[in-house]
Formats: sequence, structure tokens, C-alpha cells
Amino acid sequence: MDIEKRLLGKDKRAAARLISLLENKDPEGLEILKKLYHKSGNAFVIGITGPPGAGKSTLTDKLAKALRKQDKSVSIIAVDPTSPFTGGAILGDRVRMNDLSMDSGVFIRSMGARGHLGGISEATSAAIKVLDIMGSDYIFIETVGVGQSEIDIVKNCDTTVMVMVPGLGDDIQAIKAGVMEIGDVFAVNKSDRDGAKRTAREIEMMLDFNKDVKWRPPVKMVVAVDNQGIDELLESIHMHRTYMIDNELFDERRANNAKNEVVELIKERIEHTILDKSQKEEKLEYYAKRVADREMDPYSAVDAVFDDVKSALQV
Amino acid sequence: MDRPIRVLVAKPGLDGHDRGAKVIARALRDAGMEVIYTGLRQTPEQIVNAAIQEDVDCIAMSILSGAHNTLLPRVVDLLRAEEAEDILVIGGGVIPTDDIPALKEKGIKAIFTPGTPTQVTIDYIRENVAKR
Amino acid sequence: MMFNKDQISILKDAVDKENAKTQEKLQKRPERKTEFTTGSGSVVNRLYTPVDIADMDYANDLGFPGQYPYTRGVQPTMYRGQFWTMRMYAGFATAEESNKRYKFLVEQGSSGLSVAFDLPTQIGYDSDHPLSEGEVGKVGVAIDSLADMEILFDGIPLDKVSTSMTINAPASVLLAMYIAVAEKQGTSSEKLRGTIQNDILKEYIARGTYIFPTEPSMRLITDIFAYCSKEVPQWNTISISGYHIREAGSTAAQEVGFTLADGVAYVEAAIKAGLDVDEFAPRLSFFFNAHNDLLEEVSKYRAARRLWARIMKDRFGAKDPKSMQLKFHTQTGGSTLTAQQPDNNIVRVAIQTLAAVLGGTQSLHTNSRDEAMALPTEDSVRIALRTQQIVANESGVTDIVDPLAGSYYIEAKTKEIEDEAYAYIKKIDDIGGATKAIDSGYIQQEIMDAAYDYQKKIENNELIVVGVNKFQIEEEAPKGLLRVDPAVGEMQKQKLVELKAKRDNTKVEETLSALKKACEGSENVMPYVLDAVKTYATLGEICDVMRAVFGEYQQTVNL
Repeated sequence: MDIEKRLLGKDKRAAARLISLLENKDPEGLEILKKLYHKSGNAFVIGITGPPGAGKSTLTDKLAKALRKQDKSVSIIAVDPTSPFTGGAILGDRVRMNDLSMDSGVFIRSMGARGHLGGISEATSAAIKVLDIMGSDYIFIETVGVGQSEIDIVKNCDTTVMVMVPGLGDDIQAIKAGVMEIGDVFAVNKSDRDGAKRTAREIEMMLDFNKDVKWRPPVKMVVAVDNQGIDELLESIHMHRTYMIDNELFDERRANNAKNEVVELIKERIEHTILDKSQKEEKLEYYAKRVADREMDPYSAVDAVFDDVKSALQV
Repeated sequence: MDRPIRVLVAKPGLDGHDRGAKVIARALRDAGMEVIYTGLRQTPEQIVNAAIQEDVDCIAMSILSGAHNTLLPRVVDLLRAEEAEDILVIGGGVIPTDDIPALKEKGIKAIFTPGTPTQVTIDYIRENVAKR
Repeated sequence: MMFNKDQISILKDAVDKENAKTQEKLQKRPERKTEFTTGSGSVVNRLYTPVDIADMDYANDLGFPGQYPYTRGVQPTMYRGQFWTMRMYAGFATAEESNKRYKFLVEQGSSGLSVAFDLPTQIGYDSDHPLSEGEVGKVGVAIDSLADMEILFDGIPLDKVSTSMTINAPASVLLAMYIAVAEKQGTSSEKLRGTIQNDILKEYIARGTYIFPTEPSMRLITDIFAYCSKEVPQWNTISISGYHIREAGSTAAQEVGFTLADGVAYVEAAIKAGLDVDEFAPRLSFFFNAHNDLLEEVSKYRAARRLWARIMKDRFGAKDPKSMQLKFHTQTGGSTLTAQQPDNNIVRVAIQTLAAVLGGTQSLHTNSRDEAMALPTEDSVRIALRTQQIVANESGVTDIVDPLAGSYYIEAKTKEIEDEAYAYIKKIDDIGGATKAIDSGYIQQEIMDAAYDYQKKIENNELIVVGVNKFQIEEEAPKGLLRVDPAVGEMQKQKLVELKAKRDNTKVEETLSALKKACEGSENVMPYVLDAVKTYATLGEICDVMRAVFGEYQQTVNL
């Protein structure tokens, strides 16, 4: 398959295959991406995150449909947890997006949170590039916002929508620590339910604590199943983008994201090279044992490991 | 690290009996595969579109309504039209033995009837997905 | 109290000693398994004694047959008066073919009809809809309009037979067609007897033939309750079904718990719609499964009856005894049939028949041996019906009312299932009722967990299914399965073309737009549906009007 040519011709099978290759860090895939990278950067990348059961898939489905009415092409990357025991996963987000699967202007890809070389954040970031190169106007990344790796995923985004629902009780407290601040726009889904206003108020209160930010994230009420409040939410998402561009924050954010990505890739490469080398020689185990037995301190152990692999790294 | 085998588990047609599809989805997950589950009432077109975007290794369809002779071959035909015939297509459900040879001839590689242990299906998928 | 406390405590000591003695002997001669479980996976003891039912009170917990809490049955004489209705679920291909099968069944001594519709009909699509491709006439008869319904019941006097229709989301439409056919036969709607399944909640949970979202679906159901209480008073307006919940893999206790929780939701909806509980509750009926674990199943039916009676009396303040009586139809368990050595299924069905009869069913469908592979042939259906007739006429179990009552095990198991089912109902109440518990996926997930456990037990050989994981043989493909003519789809399409050319399309449009208004407002939709079917508006056209107003249901999948 001539992936490169077919991808530029907006061929979905080529895009799908390239994403798979990149998930697996296949050198062939990386070569193609290196060649085509300069063609990326045009898509608006939107993160959709929030606790389980918040209705993220349904919301993404409706946002995508609203954009399709404006004739924009849309890609969706849906990330679901993977079983830590077997490495398997059931990825069920498409159930909520069934109508979209017949729309030629939509591409949906489900991903398990594990099972990718380099981690899910790297895999999604690669997938974004592919879909961007394919010419998607909008790319949604939908993920359960509970763990660090999921937070890392949305750091690839231009705008992140945090989805909440009434009736989560203490969960909102648990989520706010470290997670709330990634929301650029808040959506209170299922807002026809009791307690929706209270949930919105609680979010507003939490946002009040963060006084020094210039962008005050709007809190929008939606009922995704009934398609209520979707246009307004989309408008807020666009307002955030406009704000970012007008204040020269958009490029800054992208530069930041790019820096993050490069740093992560460097870290991973170093880790991979060093640990792989050491493990092959069973040295890591050896040093670890010595550190545990207090025969050696961990700092000297690191020095020793680096000395061991210096030649391999040629640094 | 090996990429996990990706399987699309689908219910083609209007049949709402999804016990078998859900049981097999769980069993494949527990065997370390990534299962893309698309729910009820899938048309062959939807199934093929999903399979291509998800770049799956296998499409597993469960059908108990008797519409298998119409719907299953249609999936294979559509895959062929998309040059995606390397995707392994298998089926299960209430399917009379007499129908199985014709289905196989049309490109449905295996049919698992009621009573098949999930392990048999798991092993079959592992051994028969196209090597990448 | 049935037992004296002192006697029970003496007996308890004796039982403990006896168990200890047996336990010692097990060293030398162990039992077949370390733990014995029912078909639903709950643990059973070696021996049951009065100690296990020490708290039971005859008057409160059992009572006499025909009396509250109806544990022992809903009538005083049960099968000494008359046998249950032997009702064989049938229907396939065209209305003409199915009409022939009904006449055959009536000739063979079947005492009620039970109509199986094909999937497009059940989901409100005409035979020419793209999604109907390959499905027309497959799992039941294709009905597109009143014209088909007229053929289906041609020569069958609707004032004489009772007819059960397995139809849910579009139940209002098929019921209206039935009423219209009867009218043409000269039978007024007050004389009609039968049942529509009309149980949408279990469609969301287990069976999948839903159309509309929960709220408008509940409204359609209560509209039917209200309409029938006046116009079709002998009609059972709903058959609250545990059958499909069990087929989806639930345990026996879940079957009772989730079904009665659905029942609670319907009663609440009807009361909220302004109906008086005793006005509609006597017309509620239930539908359960019969699996192979004979004693567990008998206990299940008894537990369901007692629990429903208590719910209706205590929770809803019903006064009419008929409101408290749980009357039920039973079907033997389709999922217990094996494709391997299909004749063995005859024996399974016989055991299941016995379970249903010992449990006091009001009507029964027995599955045919070949149904794990295809729709049944006439020969297979005859054997299945004969199985019922043999149990009725030869086994002797029909001459005593509730003959297993008083068995220590049966009574203990009845209580256990009642308690477990009640705990599920409470849990669902806490979630906010059955519709919320379905929307959140809770019920589906509980069932799926049970189904997966069961599957794993079979694969580990903890459970034996004869012919599947033990006693297998090499066998040839069965011959002579029933095949639905693939031309049925084309025939139905042709009929639709002719119908649309023949009928008065202006009238059709008028009735459909009147129906649309009724759907948008709060009026009872039934009279409007009836008007529309009489103009030969098709099922698909009517359901499209409703889809446009009500929207469509989105499935919740929790795996």
C-alpha cells in the first residue's frame, strides 16, 4: 500500500494503517510521518474529557454532527481504559456514534489506553498528526479524565472541554485536584437532571479560585442526548480559539505542546536506550540489589549505569 | 511489544440478541485483544467503514435472525471493494449447518455455532489473522 | 409459625451433629464436587430440614391457593379446573403461510394463538425499508398493513380464540390492526381476549427491538392501558417479561428481581398518568422462562407470585385481589437448547415443562428440538406440543394443587429467591427506578456478569451440558430444517406497491397528520392509530410519524 500517496488523497484506510504503524513505532510509519509532518498543523484539535458516565461520546457525536452541518471534516479519537491484567480492552465509544460511521466526512478511531510503545499520549499525538495531514478540519480526542496519562493526552489539544454531570457528589472534589485546570471550556451535560445548577455553581466557584488567569472558562449547560446547548458549546469552543489567537497564545500553546512532545520523546529515547542496554547486561538488577543492600547509594549507581552505556550513546 | 490483535465485534441486521456478542467481546478482551464493539443494528456498510477506520485484524459478527445469507457475504463484498480483503471475517449465531459451505465460499472464513467454547474462537483468530 | 422454637433448636443440634458425621465420612468417600450449585450458580446444601424454614408462617407466607399472597397459585383449583393454555409461539414468512400454521396448531389441540412477528415489523419498518433487507419473514410473520393482518387471521374466529402477540415498541399499531380485523369479522373489541407483550423496558435491557426513547415509550404503554380498560376490557395490556432477561444470561433471582422492577415502573407510570391502580393492574400479566434446574425454577415462580402480591398490596395499596395476582405465561428456555444432538432437547423441554406446571403457569409455549439451528418444522412443533399434553394428561402432577409446597428445600429456595429479588428491586429504587437503572447500564451489566460467569463455568467443565462439553458424538448435519423462502421479501415489497396504488392516499395522509398532532400533544394516541390503520396506512408510515415526534432510543452498552 502506498500509504503516503493515499493519505494525501484523503484515503481512510491509509490513515488507519499509518496510525497502527505509529502505535507500534514501526520505522516505516515514522519515515512517512517525518516526510509529511510539514503538512500538519491545520486542524483544530479539541480534547473532550471528564469522569466516566459523563456522556462524553454522545457529546462528541453531537458536536461532530453540528460541524458536519457546516461541511467541516471531523476526526474522532476515542480512548478507553485497557485491562491492566490482560492488556485487552473493549472499546465501545462507537456505539454512541453510529450515525457518523456512514458519513464520509468523519473518521473515528478507538484506542486502548495501553498497548502502545511509548504510551498512549504519544500514540494519540501521532494519530492527531496523521488525521491532520489527511486534511481533517477538526480533531476530537475523547478520553476519561481520571489518570495522569489521560491528562497528558489532552495536553496535545488546542482547546479542552471538561464534561461534568450532576449527581457525581464527591467526585467533583476528587477531580478538581490537578485536573480542573486543564478545562478551557466546561460543559454540564444531562443538565435537565436535578442538581445541574448546583454542579455548575460548584464549577464556577472552583474557577473563582484561579483569579490570575486571563481566560475565564465558560460553563455551558447541555443535554447531549437531546441535542440541547450543542451550538452554544461549539460557540464557546470557537471563542476560546479566537481568544488564544487574538492574544498570541495559540502559537505559544502549540510551541509549548511541541516542546513537551520533544522533551517526552527525548526522555523516552534515553530511557529506552539506557534501560534496554543495562537490562541486557542484567546490570540494572545488579545495581538495584546493591542500592537496596546499602552497598551503594542510588546516585553512584546512576553514575555507574551512565558510564556503562556512554559508549553506546556516544555522548 | 506486540500490537494487540484488534477485533470488531458487530451485530449485523435487526436482531437484538447480543448475549453471544457480548460474551465473545469479553472473552477476546480477557485473551488480551482489543475489541471494538459497535452495538446493535449495524448495516454491512457501517461494519466495513468501522473496520477500515479501526484497522482491525478481524471482523466477528453474531447473528441469530436468519438474515446471515444476505448480510454476511455483503460485508465480504464491501471489504473487497475497499481492497481490505486481508481482514479476517468470521461469524457466529443460529446458522444452519447447511448454510455454512456457501458462506465459506463467499469468504466468511469460519462460522461458530451455539456451544462453541470461546477458547476455540480465540485460538482461531490468533492463528488466522493476517501477519503484519 | 409452623414450627415450635424449642423443637427447632433441638432439631438444629441434631442436624449439626448429623452434618458433622457425614463430613467425617467424606474423607473416605468424597462427594462428586466440593460445592454444589443451582443452574443459576447459587450454593445448595446437602440436606434441607425444618431448620431451614423455621421462620416460615403458613398463613402469611403461603396461604391457600387463590388467596393472598398467592404463593401456592392464583386459583383454588388450578389444573383440576382446566389445564393451562397450550400456546405455541408461531409465525414466519408471509401472513398466508402463518395462517396455515395457526390452523394446523388449532387442529392439533393448541388452545391459544401466539403470533411471532419478523424483526422489521417489531422495529416498525415496512418490508421495503433498506434495514429490512434479508430480515423479512425470518423470525416471524411480516406485517406491513391491515391487509396482511386480515390474511393472517382469515378463517380464525377472533371471538373464540385468545391471541398473544409478541410485539413491543409498535404494540399500539398491531393491537389496532387486530381490533380492526375483529370489527370486519363482526366481533366488537369488548369480546377480544389476548395479550400484547408491550414491555419496552426489557427490550432496552435484553431483547433489542426498541424504537423510541424511554419517556414516549412509557406514554404509549399507559395510553394502551387507559384505552383497553374501557374499550378492550378482557385484553391483557402487557406481558412483563423475564423470559428475555433470563435468555440474556441472568440468574433465576435476577429474572424475578428485574422483571418485577420493570413491573413497578409500569405501575408507577400508569398511576402518574392518572389511572387508578385497580383499574389496570388486573390486566397486567407476566412472562417467565423455564430452565433445566427443576426445583429452582418451581421456587422461582412461587417467589415471584408472593413478591408481586406483597408489592401490589403494600407499596401500591391495591384493593382488588386480581391486582395482586401474578398470572404468567412460560416459555421453555431457548438458550438451553443445543445444536449438538438436537433430539436431546426434547428431554430438556420436558423437564422445563414440568417446572412450569409445578410452578403454576397460566399458559405455556414449549420450544422445539431444532430451534438452536432454525425455525421449527411441523414435526418438531408437534412433539413440543405433545410434551405439554403428556405432562397434562399422564404425569399426574396436575391433579394436586402446588404439590411441592412444604418441601423444606422448595420453601427455603422460594424465600431465598424472594429475598434476593427484593434486594435487586430496592437497589433499583435507590438508583431511581428501572428506567434510570437501564439508562445507566446497571441492569444490563449485572446480567452480563452472570452470563459471562456461566460461560466460563461451562468452559471449565464446572457445569455440564450433555452433548456440548460431555458425551459428545460425531454427528452429521441435521436434515430437513425449515427454510423461509428468500422470495418473501420481494413478495412483501410487491404487496406494498399494490397497496399504495389501491388505497385512498388522501385519507392516509389525513389520519397520519392527525396522529402526529396527537403524539405532539397529550391525548391518548390509540384512537388515532386505529383510524390510521383502517385507512391501510402501513406500519412503517405510522411508526415514522412517531419517530419524527418522539425520536429514537440510543443503546447503553456497559461491558
